[in-house]
Amino acid sequence: MKVVIEHLTKIFPGRERKNPKDVVAVSDFDFEIPDGKLVGLLGPSGCGKSTALNLICGLEAPTEGRIFFGEDDVTQLPPEHRGVGLVFQNYALYPHLSVRQNIRFPLENLKGDAKLTKEAMEEKVQEAAKVVQIEGLLDRKPGEMSGGQQQRVAIARALVKKPKVLLLDEPLSNLDARLRLQTREEIRRIQCETGITTVFVTHDQEEAMSISDLIVVMKEGKVQQVGAPQEVYDSPANLFVAKFLGNPQINVFEGEVKDERLRIGEDDLLPVKGAPDGKVLVGIRPEAFVWNKEGAFCCGKKAVEVMGRDSSIVFTHADAVTSQPRAIIDSELVSAEIGDEVRFDLRPKKVFLFHPDTEERILFS
Amino acid sequence: MENNYTEIIKQNKVRSSAKSALLYFGLTVWSIVVLFPFYWMILTSVKSYSSYNAEYVPKLYTLAPTIRNYIDAFTAVPLARYFLNTLVFTVLTTALMLFVTVLSAFAFARLQFKGKDIVFAFFLSLMMIPNELVVITNYVTVTDLDLRNSFAGLILPSVASVFYIYLLKENFEQIPEELYKAAKVDGTSDWRYLWKVMIPICRPTIVTITILKVIECWNSYIWPRLVTDDAMYFLVSNGIQEIRENGFGRENIPAMMAAVVVISLPLVVLFLIFHKKIMEGVSRGGTKG
Amino acid sequence: MREKRTLSQFKAWLYLLPAVLFLGAFLVYPLIDVLIYSFEEGYNFASQTYQGTGLYNYSYVLHDPYFIQALKNTFLIVIITVPLSTGLALLISLGLNKIKALKDLFQTIFFLPYVTNTLAVGLVFMILFKKTAYTDGMINVLLHAFGSPGVDFIEGPYWAKIFVMCLYTIWVVMPFKILILTSALASVNPMYYKAARVDGTSPARIFFRITLPMISPMIFYLVITGFIGAFKAYSDEVALFGTDLNAAGMNTIVGYVYDMLYGDSGGYPSYASAAALILFTVILTITMINLLASNKKVSV
Repeated sequence: MKVVIEHLTKIFPGRERKNPKDVVAVSDFDFEIPDGKLVGLLGPSGCGKSTALNLICGLEAPTEGRIFFGEDDVTQLPPEHRGVGLVFQNYALYPHLSVRQNIRFPLENLKGDAKLTKEAMEEKVQEAAKVVQIEGLLDRKPGEMSGGQQQRVAIARALVKKPKVLLLDEPLSNLDARLRLQTREEIRRIQCETGITTVFVTHDQEEAMSISDLIVVMKEGKVQQVGAPQEVYDSPANLFVAKFLGNPQINVFEGEVKDERLRIGEDDLLPVKGAPDGKVLVGIRPEAFVWNKEGAFCCGKKAVEVMGRDSSIVFTHADAVTSQPRAIIDSELVSAEIGDEVRFDLRPKKVFLFHPDTEERILFS
Repeated sequence: MENNYTEIIKQNKVRSSAKSALLYFGLTVWSIVVLFPFYWMILTSVKSYSSYNAEYVPKLYTLAPTIRNYIDAFTAVPLARYFLNTLVFTVLTTALMLFVTVLSAFAFARLQFKGKDIVFAFFLSLMMIPNELVVITNYVTVTDLDLRNSFAGLILPSVASVFYIYLLKENFEQIPEELYKAAKVDGTSDWRYLWKVMIPICRPTIVTITILKVIECWNSYIWPRLVTDDAMYFLVSNGIQEIRENGFGRENIPAMMAAVVVISLPLVVLFLIFHKKIMEGVSRGGTKG
Repeated sequence: MREKRTLSQFKAWLYLLPAVLFLGAFLVYPLIDVLIYSFEEGYNFASQTYQGTGLYNYSYVLHDPYFIQALKNTFLIVIITVPLSTGLALLISLGLNKIKALKDLFQTIFFLPYVTNTLAVGLVFMILFKKTAYTDGMINVLLHAFGSPGVDFIEGPYWAKIFVMCLYTIWVVMPFKILILTSALASVNPMYYKAARVDGTSPARIFFRITLPMISPMIFYLVITGFIGAFKAYSDEVALFGTDLNAAGMNTIVGYVYDMLYGDSGGYPSYASAAALILFTVILTITMINLLASNKKVSV
């Protein structure tokens, strides 16, 4: 089922008595989720991604805009009629019910023609449990399980009714690092197996990039960019997106374009064909740096952090906006005799220019 | 499909507004049940004696309010005396209770002594004893000590409360031990540490305990009734009962209501000012079945 | 070093001293004493002598028609008011939990009876329900309007007195119950309700399968304290029917204890002790049964 979102806006009226300022949680959200894809809604906390999820789910009513599931307008439809499955950050498993009862819970809500026999329910519970691989745990209580297992139960409960759309709200953030890796693979696998259109919300860019077909980057209620993960990483629409994706973060410098050449400080770095003259912000990915004794970009060395396969060189530069600019270099290429001054060449594909005021991308070739 | 959805949407809207109307209606009904006795109390207290008795069918309002009954309440019976007694009783009992409670909670929470755990367990087990059981001997004790009709007899048995000691001890224990150690290193005495550090930090709990005790004292009836038969030592509750049975001559209900208003007023005013604190305190540590 | 330690021990006990003194004199000693009293037969309050020991006091109390009446009244209060007030409080708290506007106002109003003097408001209830030569009372006027002849609730038939007594008891105990249940309901994580809504759970099912199990510990707490409180009923009855409860036929066990101790029928601490211990045993038994039942229910 494809999901179409048109001009979706959600405004919460101000709560404070002294300063009743409306909060715009989601602003003019326009997006189409293709059928059967896994979409990551990504942004820092408070960017409105959870509100967007609640709107899709029907737990909140939008102030403006419309939501379509397939061809049907579901904007005003209460959540239980939308055929969505929702998984929460804290799992929201009922602590007094066993795993089996938890998974069966949504089935028992069905009324009229949709009503199921006990056997049919049990079959569906087994089926859902099998998908998330918890068949052996059905008689346990949620309190007796690990976080990862609880999350699987929550997913099974969301899947058991065969939802048209599966929504996951920060599904991994309560898990420890190892489980997080495992569970995210699991989510990807389950999504592929079931083919259900899935939206998940996260603030962790690595998480979103690693499993999504598409990511939506949001900031302060506004969509910044939509695209395949690699595409967004390689070609960020603005400085925010460039900064938000990638670890270590992109390095930002103040620079200048003159006669289609990019300069930072004294150093004449790259040809930037098509970029207009003027001051710019320069984003340079850590992996853009190529260590070269005769390189064009001259910086002061601060420290070398060895990370195994790669090393990161922390350096200083008078025009750096980033407080700790760093370059990632293959460890084998780093020799002990780095002086106080380091020089780099830059890979032009990993260098982005942004307008100093609007922070929008300035393209060059 | 489209039609089906719009139908559901419509039903949903109608249902939710009907529900909320019903909800507010129900809550309003209960508000009236709660408030009506108060309204009736105040209304009756400003009706004149003759007009009250002339109303075979009581009126829900009055056009000629009078303060005559309030004057009667203070002159015909020693209402001011009852008031003063209750005030003295409440203040002294609460103050003594706080003193005793703070000291023992501190001993249990911070000081080391032999048999602390056993003594504390014993204290806790005392919580099970209902007041009704010990009141008999206390009555005999107070009578034997010749303390009937005295403030000492009224106050002393109500001073110690295991439950408040427990509540405060739990709160004291939440203060990090490092603070105590730091104070010890600086040469602060236990006494000074208790009053300068622990009590200020635990102020919310102390306020809670105080509020609960004040309410309890102001409304206490049974014990005062047992140990006082001299109207000079009556508290407000006994005063009301006395007024009901012997006061104001021929059942002067408006004057009686005036007395009741005066007696209820202090706690109601206190409540309206501190309602958040009081409700919070009661839900943390109150019991009343 | 040793000396210092003894000193600090001594100091700790000094801090405890006031509490130990007060509790010893007014709680521990009376507890032992009341047991002794209850077995001393023919105790004379004036000379403080007794004739023998045995179970006669218990037998006397259990055969006293006033005690039987008090027992009956007390049980009626317990059986009627505890379930009704808890159920009603739950209903009101659920309502409070659903609304946003005016919630604080409603909560404050509902809590008001907690801080008022029960004797004082009891008087108001009395004049609302009482028939006198001058007036039938507000409630009877209302009953007339519905075509009923009306009844004197304060000095009339037994059922009418029980009715007004239970009504007033419920009015008095509601604030505490509403407060506890409202905060219990508010502490249920809203994500459970969200999850249930997405699954299309009906409101009734949400209540019985989610809300109720989650707040059940608090409900059991209220039922237990409610039982204990109702068994100790006394001052509400005094407020409505006056101090001579035996004459009104509305005495309670606690009232019986005090009447044996004090007043016109008083001077029998032995009987009072026996009655108080019977009450204590009843309360203890019922609390134990409650606890056992709740343990079973909650752990399911």
